[in-house]
Amino acid sequence: MNSIKKFFGIIWMILGAGTYGMLVKTAITQISLKPTTDTIVQWSIFVIIFLPITIGFLIFGWLAFKGAYDHLPSSSDEIV
Amino acid sequence: MQSISEKKQIRKVIFASSVGTLIEWYDFYIFGSLAPIIASQFFPKTNPTAALLSTLATFAAGFIVRPFGALVFGRLGDKVGRKYTFLLTLILMGGSTFAIGLIPGYEKIGFLAPMLVLLLRLIQGLALGGEYGGAATYVAEHAPTNRRGYFTSWIQTTATLGLLLSLGIILITRKSLATDPADSIRVFEDWGWRIPFWFSVILVGMSIYIRLKMHESPMFSKLKAEGKISVNPIKESLMHKSNLKMVLLALFGATMGQGVVWYTGQFYAQTFMENTIKIDFEQTRTILICAIVAATPLFIFFGNLSDKIGRKWIIMAGLLSAVILYRPIYHQMISVSSVADSQVDNSKTHIDRVLKPNTGKGYSLQNTTTYTVYENGITEKKIHVDTLYSGEIEKPQLVDKVSKQLPENRYWMMVALIFLQILFVTMSYGPIAAFLVELFPTKIRYTSMSLPYHLGNGVFGGLTPFIAVLLGTMYSGDLLVGLWYPIIIAGFCLLIGSLYLSNKIDNNVND
Repeated sequence: MNSIKKFFGIIWMILGAGTYGMLVKTAITQISLKPTTDTIVQWSIFVIIFLPITIGFLIFGWLAFKGAYDHLPSSSDEIV
Repeated sequence: MQSISEKKQIRKVIFASSVGTLIEWYDFYIFGSLAPIIASQFFPKTNPTAALLSTLATFAAGFIVRPFGALVFGRLGDKVGRKYTFLLTLILMGGSTFAIGLIPGYEKIGFLAPMLVLLLRLIQGLALGGEYGGAATYVAEHAPTNRRGYFTSWIQTTATLGLLLSLGIILITRKSLATDPADSIRVFEDWGWRIPFWFSVILVGMSIYIRLKMHESPMFSKLKAEGKISVNPIKESLMHKSNLKMVLLALFGATMGQGVVWYTGQFYAQTFMENTIKIDFEQTRTILICAIVAATPLFIFFGNLSDKIGRKWIIMAGLLSAVILYRPIYHQMISVSSVADSQVDNSKTHIDRVLKPNTGKGYSLQNTTTYTVYENGITEKKIHVDTLYSGEIEKPQLVDKVSKQLPENRYWMMVALIFLQILFVTMSYGPIAAFLVELFPTKIRYTSMSLPYHLGNGVFGGLTPFIAVLLGTMYSGDLLVGLWYPIIIAGFCLLIGSLYLSNKIDNNVND
């Protein structure tokens, strides 16, 4: 099970980077198709708000790949 | 075994926390439910700056500000205490809601009006970001170990009940401002929309009174007395690898999927009924109200069940059901409201014409309402507005509005289809407060659980109606294309949650 968790860690990292790339590409296409204030603001917000989430997803993938989720803490002493 | 006084105390805690949280959701949703009227009063489309402020008010409050509210008030809750923090969020939310109802329209004070609305909407978003984590933490820290899922599930009902309350108050106000229904709607759109905002101040006042009488969470008080509270909760939550990994797991393995399921079942379903399959305004709302009323007890049921069999698989079952059944359910919704295979019943079809002479703008209008009744019982109402005389004045744009009224049998079929979607909400959302509370230690619990909750619900969930509609406009051939967003997000969350989450209930949250 732990090797599956680690393997999927790589998938999450590829998926996170790929999805964000697609989002940016779609935003550029949509803004150039209809360069109104509404479109620019909406897509800019999507691109900005999903950046930290994508970074979080990449970290999640990296942690999974490194085996950080092989064992989940059973007590708060293991967390802080 | 709990004593009678302990039971009484926990009931008080649940009541005080739930009522306040319910009111906060009510305040947040009335803005969304009244968005078209607010837009016409404060954000005229003809003015680009006002339109920009409108877009910011819609997006910023729901998506950007809520996670910030989670961090700001989470930090405060972990340093000062749960009780005073969620009192503050309640005051901020109630005050800004009431104030929105007082702002004069764009025609009276110009740009100041949309600026003030945007500012108050941002305060609403911030306050909401801080409320939920506080209420869930407060109840969980009072609850006995084996009943944490059950007691926190009362908090889980509040978002849905807040939506229900907002729909109910709006419907009642809209109908009761004049004896003639058409006049009543006109008065509502003129100034009556402010009443639901003013109504909030009574609810908030009551809730503040109740909450002031409550004591601080016993676990937090103990921590404070021992001098063990966190110095920097945000840093400890996000900079320590051991806690950050749990924050990320909570987001990608639970709240992200739960958020899209929540917003699909209760918001996208409403948008889909009204705009895609054209069910009329009132039926859309009453269908949603009936489904919510029937499904709400299931939050408690699944919360209680999670105390017995664990949280994980109930949440995952909700996500799985959504992934598998969304497309068949929405396909059925189209079919229930379709008139494509039905003949027109000419004996019941009729046309009403109402002349509105001299509108004061130099032209007369004629409203032609055609009621087409189909053999399957559906009545299609088409309103066509014509200019009869305009002279030299520019003719106003012709308006065609189409809406459908479902017969009783189809109405209840639609209620059942919405009920199913809310059932998935209750499965994925009912146990989640207890699940989040158990993931994090007391000293950084408020901050740590609020952030993934509001990123999952606010960003992933809150975007559902917009992305679904956006997909519909980009790929207009498929009416169900918008569903791919919640299906894909819920699907990935299901996979991540199933792989990485534990089903074990943490018996000791007192650490």
